[in-house]
Amino acid sequence: MKILSVENLSRSFGGIKANNDISFEVAEGTILGVIGPNGAGKSTLFDLITGYTKTDNGKVGFFDKDISGLSPDKISSLGIGRTFQKLKPFADQTLLENVMIGSFVKEDNIKKARDKALEIIDFVDLIEKRHHFARELSTGQRKRLEMARAMAIEPKLLLMDEVTGGVDQKTIPGLVELIKKLKKSGVTIITIEHNINIIMEISDNILALDQGKRIAYGTPKEIQQNKEVIDSYLGTVDAT
Amino acid sequence: MDKLLIAKSEPLWNTDKRIISLVGGLIVLLFALPHFGLNSFYLHLMIMIFMHAVMAQSWNVIAGFSGQISLGHGAFFGIGAYATSFLYVQYGISPWISIFLGMIVSGIAAVLIGIPMLRLSGHYFAIATLLIGISFQIIFQRWEWVGAASGVWVPMTSGDSWLALQFHSSKMPYYYIFLVFFIITFFLVWLLSRSKLGYRLRAVRDDPQAALSLCINVSNYKIIAYVISAMIMAPMGSLFAQYILIIDPDRVFNIEISIIVLLITVLGGIGNVWGPIVGAAILIPISEYSRIYLGGTGGAVDLILYGLILMLICIFRPEGLISFFPKNILERKKQR
Repeated sequence: MKILSVENLSRSFGGIKANNDISFEVAEGTILGVIGPNGAGKSTLFDLITGYTKTDNGKVGFFDKDISGLSPDKISSLGIGRTFQKLKPFADQTLLENVMIGSFVKEDNIKKARDKALEIIDFVDLIEKRHHFARELSTGQRKRLEMARAMAIEPKLLLMDEVTGGVDQKTIPGLVELIKKLKKSGVTIITIEHNINIIMEISDNILALDQGKRIAYGTPKEIQQNKEVIDSYLGTVDAT
Repeated sequence: MDKLLIAKSEPLWNTDKRIISLVGGLIVLLFALPHFGLNSFYLHLMIMIFMHAVMAQSWNVIAGFSGQISLGHGAFFGIGAYATSFLYVQYGISPWISIFLGMIVSGIAAVLIGIPMLRLSGHYFAIATLLIGISFQIIFQRWEWVGAASGVWVPMTSGDSWLALQFHSSKMPYYYIFLVFFIITFFLVWLLSRSKLGYRLRAVRDDPQAALSLCINVSNYKIIAYVISAMIMAPMGSLFAQYILIIDPDRVFNIEISIIVLLITVLGGIGNVWGPIVGAAILIPISEYSRIYLGGTGGAVDLILYGLILMLICIFRPEGLISFFPKNILERKKQR
């Protein structure tokens, strides 16, 4: 069953077409990887889906509901969570408080919201850091914080923008495992990634963008063999 | 035991009995204080501390909790002041009733101001509120129905009257009325800071974009904070009007009111429930003593001192004077 359908999505900034007539679908319970060089329009696509940027043209459907034009808070309340490329933790609040703000979406009782937040923090393996202020956490830990916070709203679809970007090599395997664990828990995921090995490993399907346009969509194997993707993004060394 | 189970078994808030005893002891002390022979000046000083602490707490809700710097908060103080005085003089309505009417009018004014203004943020919001604050003063200076520039003179009752909220023989009843409002306000704001609403307001303050991704309608929450803040400010205007019995636009809509509540909160500790108490307890005596020794309005020396202290705080203690207190005494315990 499809959870998200994007039809002919377009958005320009001045003369630059950040997203140009993009269409794709995501099946429930799968991971869609989004790849493309810098400036390909990946983060703009996330902003269009989640309502942070208004579309010029096109439609975004979540299950059977047209969510184009809705505000970000309305879209998130339908069950679409997201993390940000430029991290946005609530810096002056503890990790626990950050996640509790998310868990309050489904839970009014403070004790229950706290306990739910703790379970999620445990899930992302940061339970010992729960009373640390977000500003005190490392980049990798803050990425986990953002994932935990987004998970706390119990999303059906989670959009993750460069989860492994800017973190050290030692931290990456843990984050990859976390994404797999999330998928197992039933959450559908769309993830932007620059690390091609990771995207090939975790994705069911991959959407490749270049200069705002969709250049390919398919399974990791299909993408690896796609000439246009090889030319514009993967390069010949990675493709072999 | 499993780490998760340990975490879940932790108390939600710091329930240290010593802190509860300390706060309880302070409340008892404040109730007992007038009976230790406080003269009229000290009663007045304490009344001004209570009043300004509540006003600063009002500003703390909008600025400290939701992150909107309002420079025109005196408008709500003025609305409260006019509500009781005008309704008593014109219609004989007891101030006890009109205190609540003033709160409601302030709340409605906050919604009407907030809907267009809270689309702005940062400096633009601050400038807009400053102008709104000034415009209230100008409107009331020209509004004949409410006494224009001469303001409203509340007729004095022949003796002390609880119904008319007027006490001429002693300041002690005023002391207790302000004290009760002070305690109730702080208790409610303390509850607010620990509620779902409090968490969400802090999310709006820290990162509105991230808050949107957590189903928080940022504009609505800013308006809610503005309304709560206005409704806390108004009763202080009402009680102040009953305390001095003569109000005019220059006094109750003065821009200085908006600046002082800001100074008290920033100096005490913005975003911290205890900050306004500490700020008021230190700054109001400076203001009152400078008035005594320098006459009239204190020769603005109080403002010079405020400025000096503010500069020192900004340089050495940006979290305010409250940061001198050990964190685990006044805040939720942050276990490392």
